[in-house]
Amino acid sequence: MIAEIGQYALILALALALVQMVVPAWGAAKGDPVLMGVAAPVALAMLIFVGGAFACLVALYVTSDFSVANVVENSHSQMPLVYKITSTWGNHEGSMLLWALVLAVFGALVALFGGNLPDRLKANVLAVQASIATAFLLFILLTSNPFLRVLSPPGEGRDLNPVLQDPGLAIHPPLLYLGYVGLSIAFAFAIAALIEGRIDAAWARWVRPWTLTAWIFLTLGIAMGSYWAYYELGWGGWWFWDPVENASLMPWLAATALLHSAVVMEKRDALKVWTILLAILAFSLSLIGTFLVRSGVLTSVHAFATDPLRGVFILAILVVFIGGSLALFALRAGELRQGGLFAPISREGALVFNNLFLTAATASVFVGTLYPLALEALTGDKITVGPPFFNLTFGGLMLPLVFAMPFGPLLAWKRGDLLGVAQRLMLAAGFAVVAAVVTAAATAAVSEERGPVLAPVAIGLAVFIIAGALTDIAERAGIGRVSARLAVRRLTGLPRSTFGTAIAHLGVGICLLGIVSESAWSLEKIAAVRIGETVTIGTRDLTLARVENRAGPNFTSRVAVFEIREGGISQGTVEAAKRQFAARQMATTESGIRTFGFSQLYVSIGEEHADGALSMRATWKPFVTLIWLGAVVMALGGLLSLADRRLRVGAPKPARMRRGALPAAAE
Amino acid sequence: MTRKGRRLILIGSALTVLALAAGLILTALNDTIVFFRSPSEIAEHKVAPGARLRLGGLVEAGSVAKQGTAVRFTVTDGNAQVPVTYTGILPDLFREGQGVVAEGVVQTDGSFKADTVLAKHDERYMPREVADALKKQGHWKEGEPGGPPAPAPVRSTVQ
Repeated sequence: MIAEIGQYALILALALALVQMVVPAWGAAKGDPVLMGVAAPVALAMLIFVGGAFACLVALYVTSDFSVANVVENSHSQMPLVYKITSTWGNHEGSMLLWALVLAVFGALVALFGGNLPDRLKANVLAVQASIATAFLLFILLTSNPFLRVLSPPGEGRDLNPVLQDPGLAIHPPLLYLGYVGLSIAFAFAIAALIEGRIDAAWARWVRPWTLTAWIFLTLGIAMGSYWAYYELGWGGWWFWDPVENASLMPWLAATALLHSAVVMEKRDALKVWTILLAILAFSLSLIGTFLVRSGVLTSVHAFATDPLRGVFILAILVVFIGGSLALFALRAGELRQGGLFAPISREGALVFNNLFLTAATASVFVGTLYPLALEALTGDKITVGPPFFNLTFGGLMLPLVFAMPFGPLLAWKRGDLLGVAQRLMLAAGFAVVAAVVTAAATAAVSEERGPVLAPVAIGLAVFIIAGALTDIAERAGIGRVSARLAVRRLTGLPRSTFGTAIAHLGVGICLLGIVSESAWSLEKIAAVRIGETVTIGTRDLTLARVENRAGPNFTSRVAVFEIREGGISQGTVEAAKRQFAARQMATTESGIRTFGFSQLYVSIGEEHADGALSMRATWKPFVTLIWLGAVVMALGGLLSLADRRLRVGAPKPARMRRGALPAAAE
Repeated sequence: MTRKGRRLILIGSALTVLALAAGLILTALNDTIVFFRSPSEIAEHKVAPGARLRLGGLVEAGSVAKQGTAVRFTVTDGNAQVPVTYTGILPDLFREGQGVVAEGVVQTDGSFKADTVLAKHDERYMPREVADALKKQGHWKEGEPGGPPAPAPVRSTVQ
């Protein structure tokens, strides 16, 4: 019964999406306010129906209804409740439904909070949103229906993939989808602007909060996924340059570029055409990411060719939306009004620099991800494009970008003074040099040849970014130039978005610190130990105390307990385990992690040998938590920016009033 | 400066970054990609020793020998066998008779020194390169694995 209700709710949601796609757009074209007004209530109704369908699927999972194929494939009655709920989206069909739900949520948010949008823009944005919803609801109903029944219900389900039986599944996909799908709003705004053939600074002011929201979720989602892979896969790697990861990194890079170019458009009315193109590209990359992950093309080019329905359907969605939007862009971009001028050395110039390198970095990830697929499809050659490729290309392109990062916010709009900015960054540069020298001396003192030469330089770069972000705030408050009281008053008077920028940039520096120290100075020990034997890693001794069996709800686990000592003083224990899941006859490795300050001790175990020895790997990861902490700080910066009054309180009416106010900044 | 002049600077810098990106990508594609090879291809000496590559096939039954954390096993595709050495912890799904992908370097004696061993995280699932290689040799047929594809490969690495 519940399955059928879910199915009907989905079909009704599809009908509503069709209405929301056609009626408001027609109204906008004819200038009919009644037809345009249909968009908002229908968007809310669609959320109710898609939400209802999703709730039905959750209910089926919670009650372990094994008459539904999707539940049989991915659930087990013995699973803890939280995993019964999360397995709703731990599979293809359910995750597509979550995708559609997030899309409906964003559509409803525009309907609710878009009160200050011009009617035509709002109607067109919601119509474009609905066209995406139509495509994905059709995809779910035709190729990936989660509500299909089985003829003879089995007594027990086949369990969720054990790797996914983790709290990470509760957080990671929803966060990531909020980011992915949130970019659809920027896309819808871009298409609406192209349809109207009109765009202005106010447009950028409306788009920025939505992009920022999506960007915050995407940042947190990627960081969360990285940490999940780190502790769950038992290898201790935090980024694999796996196509699935790249699929989420590419939209993030494009969204980051979009955030920066939208600033130029909002403040200076320039870079309009480019900003529109970025908005289209960012969401297109989200769609491509969905295609890569969901079509099965990564698992096998051949499986894709032999069971083409899903893949071809998503491919068709890609062609229609990306091709259609780019065609519209090509037709209309020429009509958009030219914006303000700026000198190459200026804030605008710096943001263009940022955009150039970010898009080039996106392109390098794109090539590295798709080249093996293309090569195999064309020649049959199988290759792997791994970390060395991305380290060289992506790393090479990010290096100038992060070096230039402290300069950007200090440059003036229109025409900047690079020399003056360089002078103001002298203190930050001083800190960076000191940090690099101290790091080099410290690593030389610890051992003769440990660590690459470049690592201290990279540490210096990270410190430069952090100190540069702080310099930006200090300069604006006039610390050191004006009285302390005035400086404090200025500091509190600074717009939140200024703090947002500085903190987000600070986050990049923190993240870089973590990345460099983890890659350069991790220590690793692999050994086979018996009970009572000790392995030394760095300054710590790990002693295998005991190995014992424990029973979980739907698995049994073999747990190794290690005692940690530093200089003879006990620091407690760390437990690493192997879990055996009966339903799928699969084992997973549960790594043991202890955090000391910002560093972590990471222990995982392998098989037990006949002579009682246990294979184990211990890794000391210095400052590894800074990687994710940096991402959280970045998101925090985004949140502060989002809280800026200028973005919340009544965005001004479209440029009619500004057109005269902003003289073309020519000389 | 005129509008035109500024636009030229903009386009010029865009082209420079593009050229830099293209240069980096082409260099990296030349130097860093790793080809997938089957045991037959290695046995036929198609591969020069010292080249980094991925070797895929089945772990031959009875071939696994462990000494502490050092492991030796043989990878086969039914026609040829390649002895593999590896030090470290093997992935959970590494088993005799199962598919495996090892990344490493061919030695001058024709053996393979692996620094990474991958096995997919699903009991029914075969790494796709292995499946294709075995199909080529006629030892495995489509339809056997079934079920949903696995998420991410589980890695085991010594650097």
